[in-house]
Amino acid sequence: MSKNLAQEYWKKNLKYLVILLSIFGILLIDELNQIKIGGFKLGFWFAQQGSIYVFVTLIFIYIGLMNKLDKKYHSKK
Amino acid sequence: MDLQIWIWLMIGITFSLYIGIAIWSKAGSTKEFYVAGSGVSPIANGMATAADWMSAASFISMAGLISFMGYDGSVYLMGWTGGYVLLALLLAPYLRKFGKFTVPDFIGDRYYSDTARLVAVFCALIISFTYVAGQMRGVGLVFSRYLEVDINTGVVIGMAIVLFYAVLGGMKGITYTQVAQYCVLIFAFMVPAIFISMQMTGNPIPQLGFGSVGTDGVYLLEKLDGLSRDLGFHEYTTGSKSKLDVFFITAALMIGTAGLPHVIVRFFTVKKVSDARKSAGWALLFIAILYTTAPAIAVFARTNLIETVSEKKYDEMPVWFENWEKTGLLTFTDKNDDGLIQYVADPQLNELTIDRDIMVMANPEIAELPNWVIALLAAGALAAALSTAAGLLLVISSSVSHDLIKKIIKPDVSEKGELIAARVSAFFAVLLAGYFGINPPGFVAAVVALAFGLAAASFFPAIVMGIFYKRMNKEGAISGMITGLLLMLFYMTKFKFGWFGGGTEADWWFGISPEGFGTFAMLINFIVSLIVCHLTKEPSKEVQDLVENIRIPTIENS
Repeated sequence: MSKNLAQEYWKKNLKYLVILLSIFGILLIDELNQIKIGGFKLGFWFAQQGSIYVFVTLIFIYIGLMNKLDKKYHSKK
Repeated sequence: MDLQIWIWLMIGITFSLYIGIAIWSKAGSTKEFYVAGSGVSPIANGMATAADWMSAASFISMAGLISFMGYDGSVYLMGWTGGYVLLALLLAPYLRKFGKFTVPDFIGDRYYSDTARLVAVFCALIISFTYVAGQMRGVGLVFSRYLEVDINTGVVIGMAIVLFYAVLGGMKGITYTQVAQYCVLIFAFMVPAIFISMQMTGNPIPQLGFGSVGTDGVYLLEKLDGLSRDLGFHEYTTGSKSKLDVFFITAALMIGTAGLPHVIVRFFTVKKVSDARKSAGWALLFIAILYTTAPAIAVFARTNLIETVSEKKYDEMPVWFENWEKTGLLTFTDKNDDGLIQYVADPQLNELTIDRDIMVMANPEIAELPNWVIALLAAGALAAALSTAAGLLLVISSSVSHDLIKKIIKPDVSEKGELIAARVSAFFAVLLAGYFGINPPGFVAAVVALAFGLAAASFFPAIVMGIFYKRMNKEGAISGMITGLLLMLFYMTKFKFGWFGGGTEADWWFGISPEGFGTFAMLINFIVSLIVCHLTKEPSKEVQDLVENIRIPTIENS
């Protein structure tokens, strides 16, 4: 196995992590209660519903990205 | 059919199911006992993780907590789900690649030191014991309310069941019973929620229902905000806590969740690295079903409760009111002798005290749902408490038999001997947990927050740096863990038990509550580790190669 390939894989992984974790971090900051959707104030909805849906989505995006990366990495090898 | 018969029936069926699974999945080797032979499918592991994680607190207490805290309760919802993002992205895949049995295994090998291993064992034991005491108490509570047996008898029955499948089946037995328990608990949680959502808003999906209009044409949340204001409570949909503290608490809960040993160890049970990622995703999805429903239940229950009791005649209260009064969790004192119930925020005038734990359990009765739904809820609460207790007991027993006996005290112990040791320590762990369930230490509620703080302040930095920072050495990691641990213990005991001179809210450092202090202690852990690590020599080539190896999945392991 080439060392470069492993490093490339790891760098790609780190890039994904930084992007996804920054989205994750932004969620902790909220100032949205002025807007209303149906019976929900948006800030309230995000705190008690939306954030959880975003968390689930983030993980599945990461799974998808990494599965693709695994495949690419293994075919090169 | 009579409620009592329904309850015995539901509990009888679910318990025989758990025992049946335990006999079918008896563990034959230490690998099966500790990590279910690493052969669990990602979806099954997702369900098992969800049941493992969602405890009596999530099932019974959380919706009640939110219904009293409103917007401020969001920290629990976000904190206890966000941790899985950290797990899936930063921990689970790499720990699976490392491929041993326990968290102290990783810390001990990565930091090439038995001291590090011992510190990790110590943390794992404190965290798990703190947690398990609360679970056994939950089991006792459910039994005493619904089976009309003594709380202590309830604890003993619960102990006997857990003993049976944890000692016999180890991780293998626990995993498959947890899968069954997840199905029972999620069904039990959703059925009443759907019923009530239909009743109050006409929408069968609770997540949408609580943002809809009620039967009187007013948005449910607006009505609740109005009711809360009228009674002097805080408006339901706006927050009252300081932003900084909210941030620290949420972060501490997230990082603590990601650092809990009984959650981490579940990711050792899948076949390969990609399965570890997948099962974290499934786990959060399964957890999210309950966690997005809980805030809806909170709103339904709160509105229902206020409308049922506020300014109503005490003599005309429904049967459930009397039932819960008997347990002492609901009390009414007619301070102004008008025969009406005044439920208001002002403690001088308020006549009704409600334990937040009854909100979920009493909800079906308040909404007048059929008896089988109430029985189902009892079975669900037991499933939630038992599945978490079993996961914790396994961490305790493997910490003793594997990390202490096999790795430190007696490395030449045979496979068979280690398996016996594992079973014996599981047995004693159950007894000890039962003892705490029967004689609950008064500080249980306070120390659960401590468990998260400790996990965040000790394990999380050591594991993350172990994976992402090759240069981290044993000196850095050990001093970081010990500093984080002691700092957390100091702050918690100071402000929760009044040691070291005690203190009030005004004395909090930077306005951070003890619940949120884990985040602070974790940052200190990182800083101390980094400084110490650069003053001492870097780890050997072998250790650095080990780290390289963890980062990249091999083909058969991907």
